Amino acid sequence: MDGQTLMEKISAKFPGAVKGSVDRFGQLEIQLNADQVPAVVKFLRDDAETAFDMLIDLVALDYSAFPNHGEGRFGVVYLLKSLKLGHRAQLKTFVDEGDPTVPTISDLYANANWLEREAYDQVGVKFSGHPNLKRILNHHEFVGHPLRKDYPITRRQALSANASLMDEMDVRLEEKGWI
Amino acid sequence: MGVEGLPILTTRRDAVLAWGRKNSLWPMPFGTACCAIEFMGVVSSVFDISRFGAELVRFSPRQSDLLLVAGTVTFKQAPILKQIYEQMCDPKWVISMGVCASSGGFYNNYTVVQGIDQIIPVDVYISGCPPRPEAILQAVLKLQHKIENPGTTPAAQYMVKEPKFNY
Repeated sequence: MDGQTLMEKISAKFPGAVKGSVDRFGQLEIQLNADQVPAVVKFLRDDAETAFDMLIDLVALDYSAFPNHGEGRFGVVYLLKSLKLGHRAQLKTFVDEGDPTVPTISDLYANANWLEREAYDQVGVKFSGHPNLKRILNHHEFVGHPLRKDYPITRRQALSANASLMDEMDVRLEEKGWI
Repeated sequence: MGVEGLPILTTRRDAVLAWGRKNSLWPMPFGTACCAIEFMGVVSSVFDISRFGAELVRFSPRQSDLLLVAGTVTFKQAPILKQIYEQMCDPKWVISMGVCASSGGFYNNYTVVQGIDQIIPVDVYISGCPPRPEAILQAVLKLQHKIENPGTTPAAQYMVKEPKFNY
């Protein structure tokens, strides 16, 4: 399924969800309302014609140093792939600096859990409804979000003691029935 | 010097201890990056660090006296390195292997410690990214000289007079 057909399919199901589209090197980038991202992604995953059963990547971007980027400072990009049908989709949503919040899709794709944590850690986009939204790459005493364009790249922050990470381990042990 | 007529050799206690220590360094590799792979090459038979008595690699800081920091150390990793160093028994020595451990290397950014000497004391630095195995062997030789002669510079025979290869 090509991007144009996909966008029409989303528009028919969710009127007002699609805000625009840009052709990125032959792949159509579909820009969505931030509030409707989980509903659209769930529809695309479960529908038999689209069947996007794999989330390739989820990244957040800071567009503050980018000319003519349009509304919203931060962009969140979702790359989906269908292993059954072999096609891909590129979804994007923009959020403002004042309240950079996007609803989570970690209940739809398991790997979105850590990808959203990375996006929160590095760029500072919050994902509402995420079960454990805390830093994943930078240490727990880190202040700020280093991939924002206003973060000086050589501002180093020392760590006094490592986090135990047992809060995450306990959940996994419980899931597997070991405690 | 021996005593006339007796099977006895006299020396100083410190010299005997230093001789024993320098020839039986037990390294603990703190490998975080590709330098650790290069260290495996030094241990293996082609270069063979056991010729210098440092082949018994221990993976416990409590059994080793040479900490070989091989690779990039981030701020998240720094408390672990500090703790491992403090767990080692005295006397202990540290070799900083490669530019990342020595100065941060090209990782001049928000995550990487700009040289492990900001956290722990270092005895010998090795340049290179990663260093050649010969450089690690030379670092061991320099450290042996340092153990034998505390407070001196390396002896002239360890200095390269003429480059062997003209690169």
